[in-house]
Amino acid sequence: MIENRPWLTVLSHVVLILGIVVIAFPLYVTFVASTLTLDEIISVPMPLVPGSHLVENYTQVLTAGTQAGTAAPVGRMMLNSLIMALAIAIGKIAISIIASFAIVYFRFPLRNFFFWMIFITLMLPVEVRIIPTFKVVSDLGMLDSYVGLTLPLIASATATFLFRQFFLTVPDELAEAARIDGAGPMRFFKDVLLPLSKTSIAALFVIQFIYGWNQYLWPLLITTQENMYTTVIGIKRMITSGDALTEWHLVMATAMLAMLPPVAVVVLMQRWFVRGLVETEK
Amino acid sequence: MEKRVVFRSAWLPYALVAPQIAITVIFFFWPAGQAIWYSFQLQDAFGLKTQFVGLENFRALFNDAHYLESFKITAVFSFLVALCGIGVALLLAVMADRVIKGALAYKTLLIWPYAVAPAVAGVLWAFLFAPSIGIVTYLLKKNGIDWNWVLKGDQAMLLVVIAATWKQVSYNFLFFLAGLQSIPRSLIEAAAIDGAGPGRRFWSIVFPLLSPTTFFLLVVNVVYAFFDTFGVIDATTQGGPAGATQILVYKAYYDGVKAADLGGSSAQSAILMLIVIALTVVQFRFVERKVQY
Repeated sequence: MIENRPWLTVLSHVVLILGIVVIAFPLYVTFVASTLTLDEIISVPMPLVPGSHLVENYTQVLTAGTQAGTAAPVGRMMLNSLIMALAIAIGKIAISIIASFAIVYFRFPLRNFFFWMIFITLMLPVEVRIIPTFKVVSDLGMLDSYVGLTLPLIASATATFLFRQFFLTVPDELAEAARIDGAGPMRFFKDVLLPLSKTSIAALFVIQFIYGWNQYLWPLLITTQENMYTTVIGIKRMITSGDALTEWHLVMATAMLAMLPPVAVVVLMQRWFVRGLVETEK
Repeated sequence: MEKRVVFRSAWLPYALVAPQIAITVIFFFWPAGQAIWYSFQLQDAFGLKTQFVGLENFRALFNDAHYLESFKITAVFSFLVALCGIGVALLLAVMADRVIKGALAYKTLLIWPYAVAPAVAGVLWAFLFAPSIGIVTYLLKKNGIDWNWVLKGDQAMLLVVIAATWKQVSYNFLFFLAGLQSIPRSLIEAAAIDGAGPGRRFWSIVFPLLSPTTFFLLVVNVVYAFFDTFGVIDATTQGGPAGATQILVYKAYYDGVKAADLGGSSAQSAILMLIVIALTVVQFRFVERKVQY
């Protein structure tokens, strides 16, 4: 604190609290709506204090789904989302860390070519190559499968960069010592580099888990069977046209369930999250 | 930068890069190449015959009033999202940088929307603003504002901008806060001793020093508004009403998947790729060197 200006400190707190209230308002209304009955929601204005149907609504979506939109139970969707998020996060980290190990610790022909090839993928998000990617996946017979959901998304330029940057800061003496002691490259990777990369891996995992959980366009394209829907897709399928027909109390309960895991990860692993965010964007 | 100490093996490095390269080739280069290839072709209505037509698809696109309109809508949308997101985040970050009591609690309560999927963010705001049952709609109507984004284009745009901004503020906030905390205290103290008040200090010292962060966030936010907001649009307005919120990515998806216009959609994909390449080059050439964390 440079100087003491009490009114400015008060103003800061007021602005921050106001910001938090505005940001949290949709979440609060969603939570309230998920504890009401449909009749209570559609009687305008809906009440702004939680109702008594919390357990009932959540049990229904988790085990039975909705009636109007899709009948798929959200429990299954959460499982699909979890598998997708974990597979993408772990897959990305695994293939990126070995690729950067090769690029940093070996000299071989085509090394730069491979590096640039990975780099260029930064410029090709799913959104710009929608139809052809869909065709490739359908030709490979991967529609409506976990492989199809995850494999096309696990190549990652950012993760490869992150590990490359990190490996370049690892002292050369470590590799030298390992070589003198007669350790081969994989031994060095496993016993020296991996333990040193723990924090980078944790940070990257948080970011990629959220990325995987929140995927939308890709699962929307390649899942046609209800038992392969992810939670985010499920919400979209539950909303029928017209405000009144949609079972909003169930949609809102599903929305709460869809937000819970990634928000919990951000809040509980805040330190890794901030680190991962800043590092992956470098 | 190169390593002085390296390992030697004739096959190991290839085996190590193989998974990454295989996925990159199968799911990135092959489809991207096909998108470009299709963009030069015209397919008949039944998908039986394709014909090489050169740049015809591109010419058709740029003569298509809807496509040009979509360009304009995307520009307005990303401008608004970037401006609101950066403005609100900067205000909150400056305030959060000042307070000592409860700093961590404020930070935690401000960053969580980052974890919400764009499509879910869209659903939450669409529910608040729902024409017949929304709680905000109710308040607006009470104040004499006729709110119905399902019918009114500018209101639909406002809705998607709010939903997209809401999700992005937390991201911008974190980067601004990091930027603010890296500004040397001595500079601020010197200005204070010279008699500059908080406002003057902000505009003459803090804001200029934050400009690399701001510029970086500008690029990131534009990329976000261009591509990552697909979920927001699809879960709320679906490009409507009458194309009022049909951003470029949504149009490419709609034309390709819903309208089955392979050539036109691929040409749009090719143009989008050019835009991403341009934005990535801007990001790396101008941002890399200037931003300090």
